[in-house]
Amino acid sequence: MSTFNLVESPLDPGQAVVDAVVNAGDPWIHEIKKGQVFRILDLEGNQAVDTLFYNAHDPEERYSATDTVRTQGALYLTAGTRLMSSEGRVMLTITADTCGRHDTLGGACSCESNTVRYALNKRPMHSCRDSFLHALAHYDSHKSGGGLTKRDITSNINFFMNVPVTPEGGLTFADGVSAPGKYVEMRAEMDVLCLISNCPQLNNPCNAYNPTPVRVLIWDAPEQ
Amino acid sequence: MAQDINPIPPALFLWEEALPGGCHWSGIVRRGNALRLTDLFGRANVSALFYNAEEKLERYNMPDTLKAQHTAHLTTGHALYSDMGHVLCSIIADTCGWHDTVCGTSDAGTVKAKYGEATYQTHRNAMHRNGRDGLLVELGKWGLGKRDVVPNANFFSRAVADDAGRLHFDATNSHAGAYVDLRFEMDVLVVLSAAPHPLDPRPDYAPGDVMLTAWKAGAPGADDVCRNHCPENQRGFYQTEILYR
Repeated sequence: MSTFNLVESPLDPGQAVVDAVVNAGDPWIHEIKKGQVFRILDLEGNQAVDTLFYNAHDPEERYSATDTVRTQGALYLTAGTRLMSSEGRVMLTITADTCGRHDTLGGACSCESNTVRYALNKRPMHSCRDSFLHALAHYDSHKSGGGLTKRDITSNINFFMNVPVTPEGGLTFADGVSAPGKYVEMRAEMDVLCLISNCPQLNNPCNAYNPTPVRVLIWDAPEQ
Repeated sequence: MAQDINPIPPALFLWEEALPGGCHWSGIVRRGNALRLTDLFGRANVSALFYNAEEKLERYNMPDTLKAQHTAHLTTGHALYSDMGHVLCSIIADTCGWHDTVCGTSDAGTVKAKYGEATYQTHRNAMHRNGRDGLLVELGKWGLGKRDVVPNANFFSRAVADDAGRLHFDATNSHAGAYVDLRFEMDVLVVLSAAPHPLDPRPDYAPGDVMLTAWKAGAPGADDVCRNHCPENQRGFYQTEILYR
């Protein structure tokens, strides 16, 4: 295991303009303006936070896992990682990270993938992609980023998830490297729409079969 | 040419078409047919996306493919899954051994930065082409566009991750005559670009030529190498087969 580059944030939660709890299994959708800082805090540890970003003014431009991997020439996300769009532009930059490693290969669970991965009778269980669809179905299409559908659900980030790739090309869902109170923080480099599913997966040991709440905070850009 | 390397019986042969390095292609491949991609000179990269031809909202899903089979690369025995738990196609033969699906494609900006500018005006059809625009042009022919671009497969390319996750491109991965056989388990829209792999560090723009060969592979049997690769694939093949009952 390589050494993680842990970076703490100086920001005071008391100064945050948004401070909310997203319960296990819930989606959360919110705009983050250019210059604002967004923090996700793992309240109880080893919770997967499935996250997508869209350009708030032109949602055809969206977070791209492969462009992010290609641009940094590396698989895992941590402090310093630039989260890239499908147009090759920086959407957000990770500025603080007390966890050390986040995944962008593992995608989001779905009813359909659960039937393949675990058993055919798992289809009725709640899933991240159902949460994404639920949030998009109710999102006001007159707001920026409206009109999003299944077509717009692409490969996401899994904050706080540890999915190591071996030199032999294997993929493993390893024990989490997160813990209660760990957080990751990122600065928006453009106006973005953030779509989260706080993962309800009950079949994967990576969260000890116990999905838990997370806290989300937003700070305004510092005065110029 | 691909026919010289590992002949397909004439009774099963359907068609053959060249895909020159850098160029793009799309078409429908029917359930039960196979598509052989042959790296003619050992320097090919084929970026590929796959869509259910009946419902193009259903498409190749890199994470579902990797998670189901506990792999971060593709080779013989692997199925390429859609986001709906179905097998779009599966790899029934592979003389290369490793195909990437996590690095995405080049785009206009990265190709220009790496290789310099070579436009149609000055270079005619030897112009520099990039993976993303090649895929977008082909997607446009089927009414699809930017919203339909998802993480793709890169056949013949390999980037190895070290302990810290840093990727190292392996320029020795493929060889002249290497091929990979994709058997289609559904009617699938196949979209290809033969532009260079985005992490290929070689400084010259020299994408390798590819031959596409289609043939009748038939339905997977009970003892099929892909179906029996893992219990996940047995469920995936079952769910795909009941679509057609």
